[in-house]
Amino acid sequence: MNITNLTVHELVGKLKNKELTSEEITKAYVDRINDKETNVKAFVTTLCDEALEKAKKIDKKREAGEKVSDFAGIPVGIKDNICTKGIKTTCSSRMLEDFISPYDATVTEKLLQEDLIDLGKLNMDEFAMGASTEYSYFKKTSNPWNLNCVPGGSSGGSAAAVAAELVPWALGSDTGGSIRQPAAFCGVVGLKPTYGLVSRYGLVAFASSLDQIGPITKDVTDAAMLLNIIAGHDEKDTTSYEVEKKDYTKALNNDIKGLKIGVPKEFFAEGINEEVKEKLYEAIETYKKLGADVEEFSLDIAKYSLATYYIIACAEASSNLGRFDGIRYGHRTENFTNLKELYRNSRSEGFGEEVKRRIILGTYVLSSGYYDAYYKKAQQVRTLVKNKFNKAFEKYDVLLTPTAPNVAFEIGTKSNNPLEMYLADICTVSVNIAGLPAISIPCGVNRDNMPIGMQLIGNKFEEEKILNVAYAFEQEYGFRSKYKPGFSKK
Amino acid sequence: MSNKDYEMVIGLEVHAELSTKTKIFCSCSTEFGAEPNTHVCPVCMAMPGALPVLNEKVVEYAVKAGLATNCEISRNSKNDRKNYFYPDTPRAYQISQFDKPLCEHGYIEIEDEAGNPKKIGITRIHIEDDAGKLNHNEFSGGSLVDLNRAGVPLIEIVSEPDLRTSEEVDKYLKKLKAILEYIEVSDCKMQEGSFRADVNVSVRKKGETKFGTRTETKNMSSFRAITREIEYEANRQIEILENGGKVEQETLRWDDVSGKTFSMRNKEDAQDYRYFPEPDLVAIKLSEEYIENIKNNLPEMPESRKARYMEEFKLSEKDARLLTNSKHLSNMFEAAEKICGNAKAVANWLLSDISRILNEKEMEPSEIPFSAENLAKLVELIDKETISSAIGKKVVEELFEKPKNPEDIIKEKGWIQISDEGAIKEVVMKILENNPQSVADYKAGKDRALGFLVGQAMKETKGKANPQMLNKMFLEELK
Amino acid sequence: MANVSKEELLHIANLADLNIKDEEIENYLTNLQDILNFAEIVNNANTEGLEETIGENDKFNVFRKDEVKTFENNKMLLQNAKEQERNMFKIPKVIQ
Repeated sequence: MNITNLTVHELVGKLKNKELTSEEITKAYVDRINDKETNVKAFVTTLCDEALEKAKKIDKKREAGEKVSDFAGIPVGIKDNICTKGIKTTCSSRMLEDFISPYDATVTEKLLQEDLIDLGKLNMDEFAMGASTEYSYFKKTSNPWNLNCVPGGSSGGSAAAVAAELVPWALGSDTGGSIRQPAAFCGVVGLKPTYGLVSRYGLVAFASSLDQIGPITKDVTDAAMLLNIIAGHDEKDTTSYEVEKKDYTKALNNDIKGLKIGVPKEFFAEGINEEVKEKLYEAIETYKKLGADVEEFSLDIAKYSLATYYIIACAEASSNLGRFDGIRYGHRTENFTNLKELYRNSRSEGFGEEVKRRIILGTYVLSSGYYDAYYKKAQQVRTLVKNKFNKAFEKYDVLLTPTAPNVAFEIGTKSNNPLEMYLADICTVSVNIAGLPAISIPCGVNRDNMPIGMQLIGNKFEEEKILNVAYAFEQEYGFRSKYKPGFSKK
Repeated sequence: MSNKDYEMVIGLEVHAELSTKTKIFCSCSTEFGAEPNTHVCPVCMAMPGALPVLNEKVVEYAVKAGLATNCEISRNSKNDRKNYFYPDTPRAYQISQFDKPLCEHGYIEIEDEAGNPKKIGITRIHIEDDAGKLNHNEFSGGSLVDLNRAGVPLIEIVSEPDLRTSEEVDKYLKKLKAILEYIEVSDCKMQEGSFRADVNVSVRKKGETKFGTRTETKNMSSFRAITREIEYEANRQIEILENGGKVEQETLRWDDVSGKTFSMRNKEDAQDYRYFPEPDLVAIKLSEEYIENIKNNLPEMPESRKARYMEEFKLSEKDARLLTNSKHLSNMFEAAEKICGNAKAVANWLLSDISRILNEKEMEPSEIPFSAENLAKLVELIDKETISSAIGKKVVEELFEKPKNPEDIIKEKGWIQISDEGAIKEVVMKILENNPQSVADYKAGKDRALGFLVGQAMKETKGKANPQMLNKMFLEELK
Repeated sequence: MANVSKEELLHIANLADLNIKDEEIENYLTNLQDILNFAEIVNNANTEGLEETIGENDKFNVFRKDEVKTFENNKMLLQNAKEQERNMFKIPKVIQ
């Protein structure tokens, strides 16, 4: 049995009927990490020994007949901007190289309550700012489909680890596409929940009004399961919603007959790669075949959204990252004689180029004289974007777009051109701007065997709809049985 | 030109710590004086990923303060971030309110110099978090950051530039303090910094309608220092103008020892706080019902108490104002009056000897160690002529030292008034015998001599003789 | 067209407490200029009469009860500090 190839819902079944133990599962992943991690470089911190230890304990609990969760003893990977008590949480930054969180994020608590086993902390663009994971202070993660390519970002470590079967599933965070775009690049499933569905408490903030934690998984069922675990109101996050607890797997009924899918034509316009479009059009045909009602329409917001996104995200980031000053935690310069130098040198040494660039941009747009022209205007455009989405959802159940304009690009080809890198987010940011849920699932590969992602956007708190629409395609298309990452260097 | 040709224009930003049990955005205790960094958590220590949650009492208290100062309460309000780097502000932003404060357009009424009522406008009242404390380390030469205070809730009460003299400022501040105490939203302990003011001062020629350039002196926490600062600063500015100079708009620090203000920041460090709406918190929308409910439960305010005292107890405006300026003093007055029925005497004791001792000991009225019952008993003892007022003064001193029933005090100390006719006569005869000159003076028509003789008799009895009886008996003997 | 001067850039860096070395100025200016020019697309959007979106939701009045809860891992709150003394964070002398 190839344990690491199994989905979590398969593992759950095998744990239940005692075909597998948690130790066997965990051991399989540890072996896989030992085999592949040197190529993929997905982890900032691995917790292999601790994981095996915990697996044995959970097996004992199960054997003793203690009541345990269905997921008890299944490993998980956590993006390294989600706080884990007693374990380093670095945000892939020199600033937090040694930082040990004194508390668990709410989602971490939820994983631990289910007795999931933390296999390690996953690499990312520093402070989640980037679209390639190249901006990690520690290492550049490789795309398992082509090791010379980026895995996408910022949750590149999470997506690559799931694609390379180094973890069965993982948590990522998504501010402008940071779950969906790497999921697309790595041929896995990534779900960005509705803003407020998952608690942000303990997620190191990049842009507070846009950030959301979500699952990166092998398939849609696993995504629904992990969402079951992490979703829910949290009194520690006032922006989290009090919605009734749902079992998202129940929505996966494969019935999409008569469902209205809107295809915003502007998302297929200039800048979108031809092969990407081709696969998307094929997917559209599949949906028609499955009985959905697919219609092209105009939703002219992509470019506004991207500009709005960078203004709002950087403004919030410039403020959120003020707390890193070398006093209570984080990098502290050795080169200072007064307070000002302590601040400036610690921050300048601790943050990487891209982070500094965004802090500068964010500070600029908030500064006196520019606030109205940039920040205030962006907040108005945000309302505009929301209104346009609202209008679209009056007519359609789900919107279908590419997740990214292209497949994964080669390492080093874009990291020196910030603006070009930002364009990688063009299909995803509007979803964050409007606080909507969206899922990326693989819908084929290009001629170089690189995965292509399809994004399905739903109205607020309609995760069930997008999950089911994604599930229907997944069942019909069977991506996982057709294509596998080659770990090649092309 | 002289100082008389100028007038001062003063506006105040008062920061009052709210007396909630927990901090504004986390559940840490607000208790004063704990060991450093023991009342902290990931939120107030600004750990990565921690998020604020607003304390409901903070909103309620701020609304109370707004209603008590005649403000309009905003139906739609929000929190904003004020960004700046300083080690006492661990998030590098204070969560305050920028363009939508909870309360706006209020006023407080004081008396101007002529005794006429004058409204001092309240521009706004908003909620925000207090900063931590920096301790200076003598040995290593560094500073140490204690974040126990970080996140203690504050309201900032911003006045209009309606104040014209330091006396008005003093009255305004005392009135404001009294109001906050009455509605029990702040204990206003100035020594602990829970009631402090930033003072904006400018001067202009009388008759001028435009404002002069103002300076702001931060963090003043004593009434006396504020009065001194205003006088000093106004004079400094007048001197600059008289010498043909220009007043610089700047932030100042008051040094109480030298009695001078000093510039705090240099100009290159011009602040740009980059306010923007706090995305970690949601909007505050107050319903009519919520506001009405708070309004209906407001206690009696100093203003109406003052009027009542003047009406009901026939107290002077000044006495009524001084009493009602402090909720504790005023409560004590009412409680003691209820027991002994002598309002004037109770007011006198509170405003003379008791206030004097509080001043000397730098104590707040809330720290008076004895009860209203004790005070009422004292008044009764004097009214029943068991002791004299002179002894009463000694009893008050004693009450501050070892508070107990004044009856026990006078018994233990042997201070009971001598009202026995025989004993008094004995003393009178003795004094007359020893002071023939005074007797002669009196008989020659110098009435003052009687006072001297009575005084001598009081001295002889260590103040215990019944003064009325002494007086009467002297008069009889001198006939 | 945004036109950021060197002085402005340095002023912004000062507000953000970041150093910008002389040799980095050109690069920062170009990047910032490019991004701001791109961001100016927002000005083409017709936002007449639109309210600003503040925060990403329509929730309001989310409050906490005024009840004391003590954080249980006080020691861990200070363990990440590079310099501390008597349970306080040590910094260079600050004159207040």
